[in-house]
Amino acid sequence: MPAMTLPLSGVRVIDLTVVWAGTFATTLLADLGAEVIKVENMHVWQPMTRGGQARPSPELVKAGAGWATGYPHSEPGPRPWNYCPTFVQQYRNKHSMTVDLLSEEGREIFARLVAESDALVENNATGTLEKIGIGPDFLRAAREDLVMLRMPAYGSDGPYRFARALGVHLESVMGHTLLRGYPDLDPSYITSIFSGDYVAGAHGAFAVMSALRHRRRTGEGQLIELAQAECAGGMLAQAFMDYSFNGVVQGRTGNRSVDGCAPYNLYPARSEGDGADGGDRWISISVMDDEQWIGLREAMGDPEWARDPELRYNEGRLARHDELDARIGEWTSTRDDYELMHLLQSHGVPAAPVLDSSRIYDDAHVQHRELNEVHELYDGVGAFRFNKPFIRFSETPLGIRKPPVALGEDNEYVYREVLGYSEAEFAGLRERGHIGMDYDPEIP
Amino acid sequence: MTGAGAVGPLDGVTVLDLTEHIAGPYCTKLFADFGADVIKIEPPGGDPSRSVGPWYRGTPGPERSGTFFYFNTNKRSLVLDIEHPEALPVIERLIERADIVVESQPAGRLDALGIGWERVSSLRGNLPMVSITPFGQDSPYRDYRISDLVLYGFAGEMYSIGVQDREPVKMYGTASLVECGAAAATGAMAALTAAELRGEGQHVDFAMADAQFNGVDRRHAATIGYEFAGRQSLRAPGPAAGMLSGVYPCADGYVEFSGAAFRIPRLNEMLGRPDWLQEEKWWQPGVNLIPDLVDEFNGMFLPWALERSKREIWEAAREAKVLCGPLFSVDELFEDTHFSDRGFWSTVDHEELGEVRLPGRPLIMPASPWSLRRPPPRLGEHTDEVLSECGFGAGELTKLRESGAIA
Repeated sequence: MPAMTLPLSGVRVIDLTVVWAGTFATTLLADLGAEVIKVENMHVWQPMTRGGQARPSPELVKAGAGWATGYPHSEPGPRPWNYCPTFVQQYRNKHSMTVDLLSEEGREIFARLVAESDALVENNATGTLEKIGIGPDFLRAAREDLVMLRMPAYGSDGPYRFARALGVHLESVMGHTLLRGYPDLDPSYITSIFSGDYVAGAHGAFAVMSALRHRRRTGEGQLIELAQAECAGGMLAQAFMDYSFNGVVQGRTGNRSVDGCAPYNLYPARSEGDGADGGDRWISISVMDDEQWIGLREAMGDPEWARDPELRYNEGRLARHDELDARIGEWTSTRDDYELMHLLQSHGVPAAPVLDSSRIYDDAHVQHRELNEVHELYDGVGAFRFNKPFIRFSETPLGIRKPPVALGEDNEYVYREVLGYSEAEFAGLRERGHIGMDYDPEIP
Repeated sequence: MTGAGAVGPLDGVTVLDLTEHIAGPYCTKLFADFGADVIKIEPPGGDPSRSVGPWYRGTPGPERSGTFFYFNTNKRSLVLDIEHPEALPVIERLIERADIVVESQPAGRLDALGIGWERVSSLRGNLPMVSITPFGQDSPYRDYRISDLVLYGFAGEMYSIGVQDREPVKMYGTASLVECGAAAATGAMAALTAAELRGEGQHVDFAMADAQFNGVDRRHAATIGYEFAGRQSLRAPGPAAGMLSGVYPCADGYVEFSGAAFRIPRLNEMLGRPDWLQEEKWWQPGVNLIPDLVDEFNGMFLPWALERSKREIWEAAREAKVLCGPLFSVDELFEDTHFSDRGFWSTVDHEELGEVRLPGRPLIMPASPWSLRRPPPRLGEHTDEVLSECGFGAGELTKLRESGAIA
């Protein structure tokens, strides 16, 4: 593919991110055209970034959920850290270099990279960069106008600053966990979600681009602090505003509408390829106004019960939501979920199947929009369909310019071309443990 | 840090905003809150989000919706019936002054009205335009409708959220739509960058379904896990299945832990019981998933937790670097001093509602700060102001108003 100028072409970003929130920010920047360089250390294992463990056992890799341990062909492969399913979709379009940042020489190399870069993104535990001597002062000394984005869980000050957290914990703190889940079950039945990572990552990419605009206008870099917990606030807007306006602490609504629209829920359905029990297929239906209620009635063949004048307006339907759910569920339970979607949508009613991971690649929308593309994994592990950048630009289409990056895959490019080290220097740095493609053998 | 008069990073940018409800308005809210002049075009009845609660003091009204309030800070409102024949020259004049157009109308609607991308690009070849729709401009489902539930169920990872013998369960409120709005803002910002740097105008086709299928909300991992290994990602068999993994009761509520980085020394430090978990059986790989040992552990852990408050437990977990978070309710969060001391909350004066407290900046950008410069607009509050800036005279405005094109 000939090199095309993308929106962020010419921007270089240092990526010191871990887990999902930070890596999503840099994935978005990379998709949009920035040259994102993951800076990694072969001697230090960052949990939850290239896998739970560097070298998971074959037994572990054969068991467990697809998203957690579904490695290629259910084998760990020669370098498992290059293809852990939990993280591999965040490696597209990125470069990777290795350097031992715990050594003085490593920090000198790193300073040279900072001098050649526009932005740096990190979401390590608070204080980590300072501890290894590459905090903001070090970074500014290397590049005065650097845009730095730090994404701590709760911020760099205050009593919670050192709290360890994944997205799910900070959402609990912000109130999300008590606002979702089954209203009729104990809160211990509430399982993890990951939207905190999503919104923090997207805000992070937005913030870097915005700060680069500020730098273009003023020549000034800056240190951006994105506390992931605070960033999650927008998702809970209605609950926050209800408390602010009315002192009301909202309860859990399960799958029902926060706006009180009815009927609004999941209903049992069927699909081709069901197991013998025909189970675990669901269709979502959301009736958001009285016109859509007429649409739902028509789709159902306007049964007697639905003609009840009390149900004509939302208020009446909301009062009898349980009863409506039972009636609608009776109607959907014998029907194919995709057929229900097409039928209901043809009557203007928002509805769709709840897709499990086995059905995504076959969906007509996913195929038509070409949301994935086959690429070879490193080490000859195989060719698989990977997610593509998901925003469509008419003049500068985004794509997969580089398949998921292996640890240290771009050492030659970064050291030789970007940093200008000679062949002999490169060889010396390799000998001294900066450059390579494998984690230390003793790392489990 | 912030000098007086420091302006946001998007100072000087004018956004022509034809978005409604949640996702599009969240995208343009980010632009507005970080300094852009966002001109929100509303239909005569107003953005539909003015018609949903939560209502101020429980009483409905177009200026009393908490949803509209939150998603439309710092914007200016102009009421324009874009289907009215007299509206076309008004829109053209607004396009003249815009640096970016962001819209969330049903796919094809603006084209049918003669103000779609083709027209915009012929008027202003270097203007970016972002269209935020459920399924994009050219999907087989182009005309299909969504809600937060329909979107998250179909394209997000809802299927594996919840417990096995129950239905999947969604996130709160309109969370999936907010995710999309934040992602759309990255596309809009990139398009603006390309326009400012290279004079490049283009149409950005943002499909919310694509942003869920290919975003980071675990669906990306479930998808590739299936592709790699043919293995599904299913709902959990039940609550808190691992050793310190899930939601646990305590003296005054609940706390959440994660087994993702399970380390016994840290756990013992948190529990204040260095004598626990010393036998060899606790140190085997994968111990936190062996049912008998998990039961034995819970027998020790639960009494400890039930004697302590969630704040006490979280404090112990923070000290010991254990992944943990208390389940706060919204009132507890409003009263929490960590967030209030950091300046998370903002207040804004609203003509009808008085002083209102709301979540403030999503992030801190000291040299070019987020700011709350104006409350969410009243319906049509800035119609005359904006159109005068566009060069319409008083006579023209009267005529437009009489014709019903503006209000």
